[in-house]
Order: sequence, then structure tokens, then C-alpha cells
Amino acid sequence: MNKKKSVSYTKYGYIFAIPFVVAFLIFQLYPILYTTFIGFTNLKGLNSKDMSLVQGNPFQNFVDVVHVESFRTALKNTAKIWILNFIPQIGLALLLTAWFTDVRSKIKGMGFFKVVFYMPNIITAATVAILFNALFQSPTGPVNDILCSLHIQDAPVQYLVSKTTAQNVVIFIQFWMWFGYTMVTLISGVIGIDPAIFEAAEIDGANRVQTFLFITLPCIRTIMLFTLVTSLIGGLNMFDIPKCFLDGGPDSATLTTSVFIYNQAFSGSYIYNKAAAASMIMFAIIVFFSSMLFYILRDKDEAAMKKLKKRELREAKLAARGMM
Amino acid sequence: MSTNSVSVSALKKRKSPIYMAIIYVVCVIIAVTCILPFWIMIVNSTRSTPQIQQHALSLIPSGHLAQNIAVFKGKDFKPSVGFMNSAIISTCATILAVYFSSLTAYAITAYEWKLKNAFFSFIMGVMMIPGQVTLIGFYQAAYRLGLTNNRLMLILPSIAAPMMVFFMRQYLQASLSIEIVESARIDGAGEFYTFNKIVLPIMKPAIATQAIFTFVANWNRLFEPSVLLTAKEKKTLPQMVQLLRGDIYKTEFGSIYLGLTITALPLIVVYLLLSRYIVAGVALGSVKG
Repeated sequence: MNKKKSVSYTKYGYIFAIPFVVAFLIFQLYPILYTTFIGFTNLKGLNSKDMSLVQGNPFQNFVDVVHVESFRTALKNTAKIWILNFIPQIGLALLLTAWFTDVRSKIKGMGFFKVVFYMPNIITAATVAILFNALFQSPTGPVNDILCSLHIQDAPVQYLVSKTTAQNVVIFIQFWMWFGYTMVTLISGVIGIDPAIFEAAEIDGANRVQTFLFITLPCIRTIMLFTLVTSLIGGLNMFDIPKCFLDGGPDSATLTTSVFIYNQAFSGSYIYNKAAAASMIMFAIIVFFSSMLFYILRDKDEAAMKKLKKRELREAKLAARGMM
Repeated sequence: MSTNSVSVSALKKRKSPIYMAIIYVVCVIIAVTCILPFWIMIVNSTRSTPQIQQHALSLIPSGHLAQNIAVFKGKDFKPSVGFMNSAIISTCATILAVYFSSLTAYAITAYEWKLKNAFFSFIMGVMMIPGQVTLIGFYQAAYRLGLTNNRLMLILPSIAAPMMVFFMRQYLQASLSIEIVESARIDGAGEFYTFNKIVLPIMKPAIATQAIFTFVANWNRLFEPSVLLTAKEKKTLPQMVQLLRGDIYKTEFGSIYLGLTITALPLIVVYLLLSRYIVAGVALGSVKG
């Protein structure tokens, strides 16, 4: 960019950024601050407008929330559901990526498979959750019907009253909705790798597995980390599936933190202050993880340059001090 | 040319039929898993409740569609209302998000200003923060101002879409040459005119993919509308879907499947029509390795 010429246009940089900044301040920053504030008040009850700061320990709401049994359960469930869906999800996505990007064996119908595998991701999560609720109905749901017809089970099973089954179905739905997305993302990462590297590996006699483990995987490290962090943040906000599938039940088996917050604030109890405190706890966790992403995405060369400059500066200073 | 012949010979040498068969079998099984739930849903929406109760799994449609439609009469599940509300919100939100994100990205790419780098770092810092965790404050503020049940509360926030600004900036950096902007300036075009008439058309491919994803994300959104839109006539399609799990329909299996089909089928059709762009768009939307 020509600095001399763009100087007089500087103000347009600011002007064009104004709508974004204004909307951000009103719709994102203000709600963050206001939610934090509510976390320190006694705001409760439907249609209640009065609130005042809590007496005594200002962090009372936070302390209370952390000690609420169902919040702990929700936190545990959220972590468990995310981990148990992410591991097979990235595993299958990697396997499919390895197959679909292998130049030595072209797969026919690859485009078709990609389109079909990604399809569950595009359908409304609420619809998917209620569809799975219908599929697992007892005694007359399709799953019961299939398993009875195949004589895998003798009689219909009440799947949706079992805590383990309910949780597993939620895990499966998350896995099922997201493996295609992860696969397509990883494939795009592999396509971005310089083909010369693969050719060199082939000439050196590397087999399929070696090529994948020692060339492909290290090359898509950044994209895998990106997938990991975005999936983690999405997982921490998991709401639609557990809410619509069994509304957190049975017996809180599919209660996630987002469902907990929603139920605290908006269904029946209207305990806004505790919900706000729980939101801020989740907010802190998410900020922590997204700062990790920030670290991953930053321009590595630039960062290295900055470090070098800093060190030079420090050394120069030290040297100058030593001279004195 | 020589590398080509190497890979061809390698292909012949290493392609084992058993290995390929395993790949195809696994892929077909996964494909069936992806399609079957939706197929069951569509087929069962044409079957009567007694048929479903006898055998919930059938791959052949039946003729009870009209009967299932009739069940919805006089009930709260009104797909046309939900459809309209979702369409209004998603369309407006998408237009705002795409336009203003492009504008912000252009401000970061084409101009040299003091806070530019700080601003971009800030955008990267906040782009992963979901609106969901701050919704209590958002709701309370809207409630105090009497702005609940107002669609604008779901539309206007998309003016600030940090994630999209990030991707638009990546795209602009690769595809915008500052010479074009400068020659427009020489021709006497104003800065705003240049953005609308010259820069936006350059950004078309990025805008198309981002628009599809923003639209779908808004269409499928449940948490924010559930909190902000409580009036029956304002409810979006995902909120309507939630009603299907309610007690009224518990014995009407055919209509539950039909309701689900009504909400999912338009998405499936649009997806199949645009799948080429959508699948390519996922790839565009991610970071470069």
C-alpha cells in the first residue's frame, strides 16, 4: 500500500468501521457488562424490574451457583458429552480425510459422499432432536421396530427413561451432525498442502499410513487446532439438542450448562441473578479457550519478529546500562 | 509430466481391491446412517398413526398425508407463521451481516489508520464469544425498553459479526488490488461509491458463501428467539418445532413426523440444490493450514 496516497483517506477507515463498532457496543459489549452486573444483584421474578446489589459477599450468586448440584451436573454433562462426541468425530473425520485425499486411490462418488455426510449439519438442530426423540419412542418407535424385527431384542425397550441411553443418544446426535463438517474442513486443509511434498514422500517410498502420519497430520495441525477450539466453544454452548430432545432429562442426564441457564432464567423460576452468574462462569471459560485460538491464529512470523525486536531492544538497553 | 506417470504406476501397483472394498462399505454404511433418519421421517409423515404403531419402520410412503395435515388445524403448531418469521429474520440479518462485515473488512484492508491493527486484533479476540452467554443481560435490557417480541432485536445485532469480518478480511487481502481503488479515485469516484460499485462485486464469491451460512445459522437458531420472542405470532420455525414434543401430539405420530418434515424438507431441497457451493464454502470458511 502506498502510504503517501492513503494518508488523506485515513478518515474513511474510521467511518467505515463505525457501524460495526456501534452495533458491537450496543448488542455485544453492553449485554456482557449488564449480564455481569446482574450476576451481582438480587434480580428475580417474572416482570421484576427492581434490583439491588447483593448484601454481604458480592460474589454470593457465583458461590451459590457453583454449589448448586444441578449446575455441577450440567457442567459435568457438558464436558462429558463434548469429549465423547469429539473424539470419535475427529477420528472418523481424519479417517475419511485420509481416504478422500489419497491420490493413490481415487474413490468414485466422493462428491456424493461429501454432500451426504455434511447434510445432517444443515438441518435445524431442534428438528433433528425431536426426530430422534420420535425414532427412540417406545414401544412403537422405528429403533425398537428395527431391533425387534432383527431379533436383537425380544421386546420393546423404554430407551428414553434410561439416563445412559439418553446421554448416549445426545452424544450420537452431536457426533452425527458434526463429523461431516469436520471432515470437509480437514479435507480443505489437506488440499492446501503443496503436492510436491506428497510426491517427494512417494519417491522416498513412504506408504499410505506413513504419508498420512508424518506428512498430512503435521501439515494440518493448525486447522485441527482450529476445529478443536471452535468445536469446544460450540460444545460449551450446547443447547438445542439437549433442550429439544428430552429437556435435560431424564433426571438431569442430558442437562447442559446452557439448558441450566435457560431453565433458571426463563422457564418457571426466573432466577435471573443466578443465571447471569452461571453465564459469566461460562463466559470466563470461553474467553480462556478463545484466547487460545487467538494465540493459534496469530501471524507466527510477525510474532517471532516482534519477539526478536523486543529482545534486541532489551539487549541494547542492557548494553547501554552496562556502559553507564 | 514425469511425476504424472510416476503416480499412475503407483496407482496400479498399490490399489488393493480389499482395501477399496472396505472404504466403499464403510462410506455406504455412513451414508445410510445420514439419510435413513430423514427418510423414515418423510415416509412416516404420509402414514397413519395406527400404521406407525404397528410397524414404525417402513421405507414405502403411504396415503395418509391429508389426514396428518388435518391434525394441525386449530393447534399452536403453525408452520406458515414460523416460516414467515424465520424468513424475515434470516433474510434481514443475512443482508446486514454481509454488507457491514464487508464494509468493516474493507476499512481494515484498504485504509491505513492508527487503530487499524488494534481493531483487527480486537475482532479476532472477540470473534469466538457466543451471544448466548450474554443473553440474560440482553434480554433484561430489551425487556426494560419494551423491545421483547421485536424482530429487530434478532436482526440488528448481525451488523457486528466479528467472525465474518475476519473471513472477509482474509478474502479481501488475497483478492483486492489497491490499484483498482486508486484508479477509481483518479476517476473521481467517492470512497463510498467505490466500495459499493467496485469492491462489493469483487467480493461476490466470499459474500455468497458467507450469506448461505449466515442464513442457515439464523434460520436454525433456537436459544435467542426462545428468550426474546414469546408471542405466538412472532415465533420462528425452530420454536414451532419444539411444540411437536408437547402432549397434544403424543398420540399423533403421523403428524409429528409431518411437522418435522415440513420444517426439514425446504432445507434439504435447498441444500441439495446448492450443495456444491455449500460444501466448497465450508472449506473456504476455515483457516488456511
